Amino acid sequence: MGTTSRQETRSRVEATLARRHRRETLFRTAGIASTLVGVLFLGTFFWTLIANGGSAFLQTFIRLDVTFSADVLAADGEVDLAYADFDALARNALQSVFPDVSERAPRRELNRLLSIGAGYQFRDMLEKNPDLLGTTESVWVPAAANVDMVVKGNIDASTPEDLRAVSDLQLVWIAALENQGRLDKKFNRALFSNGDSREPELAGIRGALVGSFYMLLITIGIAFPVGAAAAIYLEEFAPKNRWADLIEVNINNLAAVPSIVFGLLGLAVFINWMSLPRSAPLVGGLVLSLLTLPVIIIASRAAIKSVPPSIREAALGLGASKMQVVFHHVMPLALPGMLTGAIIGMSRALGESAPLLMIGMVAFIVDVPGSFSDPATALPVQIFLWADSPERAFAERTSAAIIVLLGFLLLMNLAAVILRRKVERQW
Amino acid sequence: MVGRSLRQADNYRRMAEMNELRGPDDKPQRQPADKAVPLVETMGNIRSDDPYVVAENVNVYYGDNHAIQDVSLEFGKDEVIALIGPSGCGKSTFLRCLNRMNDSIESARVTGLITLDGQDIYARKLDPVALRARVGMVFQKPNPFPKSIYDNVAYGPRIHGLAADRADLDDIVHTSLERAGLIKEVKDRLDEPGTSLSGGQQQRLCIARTIAVNPEVILMDEPCSALDPIATAHIEDLIDELSANYAIVIVTHSMQQAARVSSRVAYFHLGKLIEVDETDKIFTNPQHKLTEDYVTGRIG
Repeated sequence: MGTTSRQETRSRVEATLARRHRRETLFRTAGIASTLVGVLFLGTFFWTLIANGGSAFLQTFIRLDVTFSADVLAADGEVDLAYADFDALARNALQSVFPDVSERAPRRELNRLLSIGAGYQFRDMLEKNPDLLGTTESVWVPAAANVDMVVKGNIDASTPEDLRAVSDLQLVWIAALENQGRLDKKFNRALFSNGDSREPELAGIRGALVGSFYMLLITIGIAFPVGAAAAIYLEEFAPKNRWADLIEVNINNLAAVPSIVFGLLGLAVFINWMSLPRSAPLVGGLVLSLLTLPVIIIASRAAIKSVPPSIREAALGLGASKMQVVFHHVMPLALPGMLTGAIIGMSRALGESAPLLMIGMVAFIVDVPGSFSDPATALPVQIFLWADSPERAFAERTSAAIIVLLGFLLLMNLAAVILRRKVERQW
Repeated sequence: MVGRSLRQADNYRRMAEMNELRGPDDKPQRQPADKAVPLVETMGNIRSDDPYVVAENVNVYYGDNHAIQDVSLEFGKDEVIALIGPSGCGKSTFLRCLNRMNDSIESARVTGLITLDGQDIYARKLDPVALRARVGMVFQKPNPFPKSIYDNVAYGPRIHGLAADRADLDDIVHTSLERAGLIKEVKDRLDEPGTSLSGGQQQRLCIARTIAVNPEVILMDEPCSALDPIATAHIEDLIDELSANYAIVIVTHSMQQAARVSSRVAYFHLGKLIEVDETDKIFTNPQHKLTEDYVTGRIG
């Protein structure tokens, strides 16, 4: 090795250096670009969601001076809350604001500014406080969805009247109400306290939330114990042979089966064969636990596998039995990982809609379910149903429901991340 | 070279198997000794004056790999025997036969006879759980449980129901830590995790944990290989003290260590027991060429 060859080596190395640097720069740029594209998509997604759905959390209300007149409520003198004409109270109150609207057709148009929820609200007030009869109260009642849309600027006044959901007259009245301070946007409690409804201003996600909650209870109650037990058996006790390999492959396959197939299975087995009630959280929970079982088994096995063998050897060497090794040492160390898997499985179950369509949870259900066997719907299915509705007001509710769903998913994934942090400790 | 690749294969297999601990523990894996295998002549003296653990014609197979070939060796009650030899020679495998730790490796098969105080430890009716309470083990890498120092030592007595009450358990823990020479360092921090100790302290904690169940024999699988010289010296002193009460079998790669702690030395080579003798004799006047090559540093 003389000096010349050494110099030659150096110059050759230097010649390649520029190319290597260029490649690295190129790769980095590509990486940054890909990341930016991802962030951009995510940003757009969140932006449109919030822009579309944020307004649904506020709702337009009209202030009316309502006279709880016994004459209006009951023609024959006796007020019966079940049959009384509460809508008439609302109509009278609104007409007292616009006394010059006297013809039938415009009056009917005027009445359409109010939600049918106004009548229900009066009934509830009177039910709670019978002394209100005969008095006059200033009450905020929900406006019709179209009024809400006008107030939120979602209906363009410049479109020709026959193509508009709100007539010219109604626009004038809305402006007048606004001028009198009788129109205001308040927090939309109905969105969280009501079940589904045909009227957008009365529709809420309570029914879907409760339905989803019941289903997740069933799912975690079945999928976690079964999944954890299966994982422990397969990892710690099962003989490693061809059968074990077959089971492993099939569990992995099961995790990849399209969710709608699980829905069909649920329909065939739980509803047709076992005659469980359709549209019920019970069946939904069973189907979702089938769906999450492979996820939980795979995650739990990975968690158990990651417990160092030296811990098992230490316990075995002291004379612990296999059971004691598993339950005293392996389980406590694997539990955070297993729970992480369970939470990830749950968040998948919470976002699942396709299998629920198969077992009838797509029905229009107004009542909030009170038990595991009541007809119910789930949050993602509610989103699907609302997204299908033509009313403009349902569009913003769809986005609002998606925001709520994403909020829950975010919380669950956050919990999983925190648990995972706990796992990453030193042995 | 051959030894190393064998050892690597062996290690790899063992690690893979341990990663997925399999099979029921108590599966009888003993088969009648294969008469076709010619006896390997071991030089020196395999007998002990006062034998406590006796291995006769022990063979171990990992699948098709004949890891231990016809090893016969006696261990006395109060002596320290060092098993030495190049990597992959089977000394650790042999050690793990003595408390049936190989049971958890599915492909492992053990033939021959091993007795503890006259009792066949591979007998069908013998529970390996009970055996391991009598034959304790200290591993290569300190492996305290991720629990408190107290719980580490108390675990064995707890599962075997050795303590009548809490005071009794406290007593066992303190005595064990004292015997392991650790009590001074940890007596004020028994609630801290065992993993917070230094490597040498962790290994002494593992020894304390082992003697807490009051075993008759202690197996040590290269207990100092992960430790610095000072911690090693601590452990060696400890082995010296413990040898008064326990039969100790130690696998080591350090010939100095074997010379310092053991009274007898067994030299393994490629799964065969080549030579057993008094420690002085092995190091000063080995009979077999392989032993001589190893102790003089020509192989290994």
